[in-house]
Amino acid sequence: MIIGNRKTSYLEDEKILNNNYKKAFVFGMIALAIALPFFADDYTILMASLVGIMLIAVVGVNVVIGYTGLLSLGHAGFVAIGAYSVSIIHNLLGEWGVPDVLQPWLALPGAMGVAALIGILVGLPSLRVKGIYLAVATLSANFIIIFLIEIDTFSQWTGGRLGLTTPDPNFFGWVLDSQREVYALIAFCAFATILMVQNLFRTRVGRAFIAIREKDYSAEILGVSLLKYKLTSFAISAACCGLAGAMAAYFYAKVLPEQFELALSLQLVAALIVGGMGRTMGPVFGTIIIVLVPEILKISMGAMMGSSIEAAQLRAPIQEIVFGGLIIGFVLFEPLGISQIMDRFFRALNRWPFARG
Amino acid sequence: MLSVADVHLSFGGLKALQGVSFDAAAGEITGIIGPNGAGKTSLFNVISGFYKPNQGHILFEGKDVSGLKPDARAHKGMSRTFQNIALFRGMTVLDNIKLGCHTNLSANVWSSLLYFGSAQREELKARKEIEEEVIDFLEIDHIRKAPITALSYGLQKRVELARALAMRPKLLMLDEPVAGMNREETADMARFILDAQARFGTTILLVEHDMHLVMDICAKVVVLNFGKQIADGVPHEVAHNQNVIDAYLGQAG
Ligand SMILES: Nc1ncnc2c1ncn2[C@@H]1O[C@H](COP(=O)(O)OP(=O)(O)O)[C@@H](O)[C@H]1O
Ligand SMILES: [Mg+2]
Repeated sequence: MIIGNRKTSYLEDEKILNNNYKKAFVFGMIALAIALPFFADDYTILMASLVGIMLIAVVGVNVVIGYTGLLSLGHAGFVAIGAYSVSIIHNLLGEWGVPDVLQPWLALPGAMGVAALIGILVGLPSLRVKGIYLAVATLSANFIIIFLIEIDTFSQWTGGRLGLTTPDPNFFGWVLDSQREVYALIAFCAFATILMVQNLFRTRVGRAFIAIREKDYSAEILGVSLLKYKLTSFAISAACCGLAGAMAAYFYAKVLPEQFELALSLQLVAALIVGGMGRTMGPVFGTIIIVLVPEILKISMGAMMGSSIEAAQLRAPIQEIVFGGLIIGFVLFEPLGISQIMDRFFRALNRWPFARG
Repeated sequence: MLSVADVHLSFGGLKALQGVSFDAAAGEITGIIGPNGAGKTSLFNVISGFYKPNQGHILFEGKDVSGLKPDARAHKGMSRTFQNIALFRGMTVLDNIKLGCHTNLSANVWSSLLYFGSAQREELKARKEIEEEVIDFLEIDHIRKAPITALSYGLQKRVELARALAMRPKLLMLDEPVAGMNREETADMARFILDAQARFGTTILLVEHDMHLVMDICAKVVVLNFGKQIADGVPHEVAHNQNVIDAYLGQAG
């Protein structure tokens, strides 16, 4: 039994890493992320990078869906905006003769800024409609964004269906021209994104988001402007997705429109549901599962059925079924996702076998 | 302080308010009474900006606030509680009260994302003020980390008062703060309302069914019946008004 807490100042009580398990977990993850490029093989680096890219986006999705309670199914559109913006800005800066070392510092904030602006635009319906209607409105926005990218009118900038190539970014004279190097950038951005978004929820801005989710009229009566905070939520969320898109562009050095279709939006939401909506660690747990399940499936089916064409053909539908099953299972039995399971686990650990602070 | 000027409100054919006018004096408790469905909550919704009146104005500190949204009125210093408790049920008591401070804090998105620096200073200062001014004052220190769902009805009402007070409002509107409470809880709540008035000099509007409470603590009473204002004045005058006796007191026995 927990018989009290030893905190002696409000500063200590307001900390995020307020117990030793959390501290150990977070520092362990950081150490692992730093050590990885020195010993891991290419496949592990690929997986870790995919987790990192998707994680940045899911953290963003969590802001709008998890914390603000606005159901959006269009977030892949923001990822697309980020990926395309970063590539287009790099290409333009290159044409204008801006030195390579300066480019990422303009292209990255630029891509996030453009994504945030589009996010505000796509978030406008949230001022009038909720729930399923908002989901449909944002989903349509996703389609429109992809449509505009593919359309011939803009193809001189977007490359149409053929996509674009993204130059290797140059940070402080270090050109990230291998996936292993881009991984380092992705890992840094992922940690920074989680930390900064987490910070939001220690202040009035994040609390206002949660208040809107919990009871919007109550939030209003306390001075929270629904207009301002719903759009702010969309802007922050879209900026995170934009960053994820930019990372994907750097990682693959190529962007294609079909990477950012509805399937990605659904994957982002699935990761959030499995991990736990409105929870800091939700996106982390969820993303790891969503990225690793197809890989595990690939390996285990390969072991069972060999590398026949039939096996390969079966894999896609089975993967969809597993995803669907995971979502239904979590929605029905554990709506707060893996975060909730972890909470229960740590509470039990805390109480066993003796009382601990 | 607050003037309600000839407010009319209708829902389709139903006239919920018909020409309600009164002033609430600064630093005093003004009671609004009337039978169920008289339009008391609707009046609160007009004053706080959720309903647009078909006619009439709301003046706050001499300025017309009729065109402002609820959140803008909160920034001017208006605060309220709801008849059916409207706490954020998924949050702790402390987080609910922190939301009450929203208008007193100033962190923007950028300082929030960074946290360390101005946002952190502001948060710690607000936390200290909440602890000293609100939590201690309302005697809810034992439940500050409790989720709302774990609290009794009476305590939830008290936490909602705490959240409304955390704003340090100039005007506090309480919609049936003791409805459904037992006698002890009612006495506690009456004490807190009087203490808040004395300590912060808050102007209070009180909608209440409990006649004893209204007669005891209000400086002035406004009586509504079927949306019409049938009387207003000091409590003992109103209590002897024949219209009021017919409409409300008589019915209550
Ligand atoms: N949103 C609404 N839509 C339609 N009718 C309403 C609405 N709100 C209140 N009313 C009606 O207005 C009248 C006054 O209600 P209300 O203000 O809640 O009374 P009180 O708080 O005095 O009990 C009632 O007849 C009620 O049914
Ligand atoms: Mg009422």
